Amino acid sequence: MNDVLAIFRREFRSYFDSPVAYIFITVFLVLAGWLFYSGFFIMNFASLRSYFDLLPWMFLFFVPAVTMRLWSEEKKLGTMELLMTLPVRDIDVVIGKFLASFSFMTLTILLTFPLIITVFALGNPDSGPIIGGYLGAILMGGAYLSIGMFASSLNENQIIAFILGVVICFGLFMVGEGFVLMRVPGSWAAFFQYLGLGSHFRSIGRGVIDSRDIVYYFSVIFFFLFMNLRALESRKGH
Amino acid sequence: MIKVKGLTKRFGNTLAVRDISFQVPAGQVLGFLGPNGAGKTTTMRILTGYMPADEGTATIAGFDIYNQSLEVRKRIGYLPESAPLYLDMDVPDFLTFIARIRKIPLHNIRAKQDRIVEMCGLKTVLHKKIGELSKGYRQRVGLAQAMIHDPDILVLDEPTSGLDPNQIVEIRELIRQLGREKTVILSTHILPEVTATCDRILIIHEGRLVADGTPEQLATQAAGDATLWITVAQAPPDARDALIRIHGVKEITVSRSGDDDRSSQRFGLRLVNGINPASDVFRCAVDNGWTLTELRTESATLEDIFAKLTT
Repeated sequence: MNDVLAIFRREFRSYFDSPVAYIFITVFLVLAGWLFYSGFFIMNFASLRSYFDLLPWMFLFFVPAVTMRLWSEEKKLGTMELLMTLPVRDIDVVIGKFLASFSFMTLTILLTFPLIITVFALGNPDSGPIIGGYLGAILMGGAYLSIGMFASSLNENQIIAFILGVVICFGLFMVGEGFVLMRVPGSWAAFFQYLGLGSHFRSIGRGVIDSRDIVYYFSVIFFFLFMNLRALESRKGH
Repeated sequence: MIKVKGLTKRFGNTLAVRDISFQVPAGQVLGFLGPNGAGKTTTMRILTGYMPADEGTATIAGFDIYNQSLEVRKRIGYLPESAPLYLDMDVPDFLTFIARIRKIPLHNIRAKQDRIVEMCGLKTVLHKKIGELSKGYRQRVGLAQAMIHDPDILVLDEPTSGLDPNQIVEIRELIRQLGREKTVILSTHILPEVTATCDRILIIHEGRLVADGTPEQLATQAAGDATLWITVAQAPPDARDALIRIHGVKEITVSRSGDDDRSSQRFGLRLVNGINPASDVFRCAVDNGWTLTELRTESATLEDIFAKLTT
């Protein structure tokens, strides 16, 4: 546990040791604000719908950017060798890094709180979808993060890790979207929809917190963290 | 302290390490010597738990490097080749991070850190990010992180690479000091380094162990052994016959020496291992009334052995 904490602290701090974190947060907030206000005033309706609707797409590019350096940089600098010969288990490193990126992303999402204040100040919105939307965003973000981090463990080039992360996230998002569902046999549609990253977010976002959706996101996170662990093992290969 | 048995490691079709076995008693400073790509780094990576070998195993301080990898890693301080470090951290943050992972109790971290900063001469760069440091300072930070938990065993992969001559002397001195109480394995391809710091040398070539011994042992093992050079002014024609009769002389090569004095001759006496007949040669010269202008023994150097074993 102490190992996880030590890794976590280093990783979390390193976000703020470079200007990347500030640029990232700023761009995210500006974009989120623009999406929100443009929809808000056009529809003249006090809700966060338009913002939440586009969040899975925003995440597609933002989240892999948060995770791209997690392993790639270790590989490029050679610090992988330093880290992996310290008395710490691989799994603790994986969890520590994941939690650091997860906290950073959660912090960014929570910094959109002025949007909530705005809707409550200007109208009388239903709080269920807002709480659900934020919870869903955090869970969905976690799933994106685990994918992005796995992608980072495959390559020492951050840009390639980023693109790979976007591609995998996009794939897993699209299988559950109407575009694909319309084209698969009916019996498969439910399965594909369950597999998709976005449908569970919308389901939680309606304000109904269903354990199946939560289990889904946790499963995705565990699966990709496990794959990440396996990717680390590959250094021991031949 | 360290027992290595039959380590073999393949990368694709190349054998990086072939059946290497050796033991290191506690308190020894062992030097891995070999040309680039000989398998030094791979061997160290296997011992420190970074990658497993394909065959063979090793125990360190009684712990198996595979089944008890964490126990092994706790007891080792490792400086990987070219000292990889987190460039975006400053020196104290980085050392604190290592200290936490090394389970140094919180109230102790400060003291340990101050001690290691002093030891490695890092005081002047404490406020800088590691990425801003020169190669020499990075190497020192690498050494500091390897030693902060006061490990029994130090594994240092080319600890003096990239340092200037003054720093090299300092680091060697540090390693020698550490060697009094710790077991040290260091690798290098710089020959004077091993003679300066190591109790024992392993020469590795193409993944194989080709020599093992103290610097002196290796020097005497080397074929060609020692040569005694003498120069005799106005040497009589029978000088060679007189010299060959001296006990311990195996072979003599004769050459003219000096342009001005034509009758001056230089003899190279190849010696039988372990015998130095310099005094006999001197007496022989006195008895025959020769004038000696040179009398010098030249023993085979580590360079000779290294060149012979690795080419």
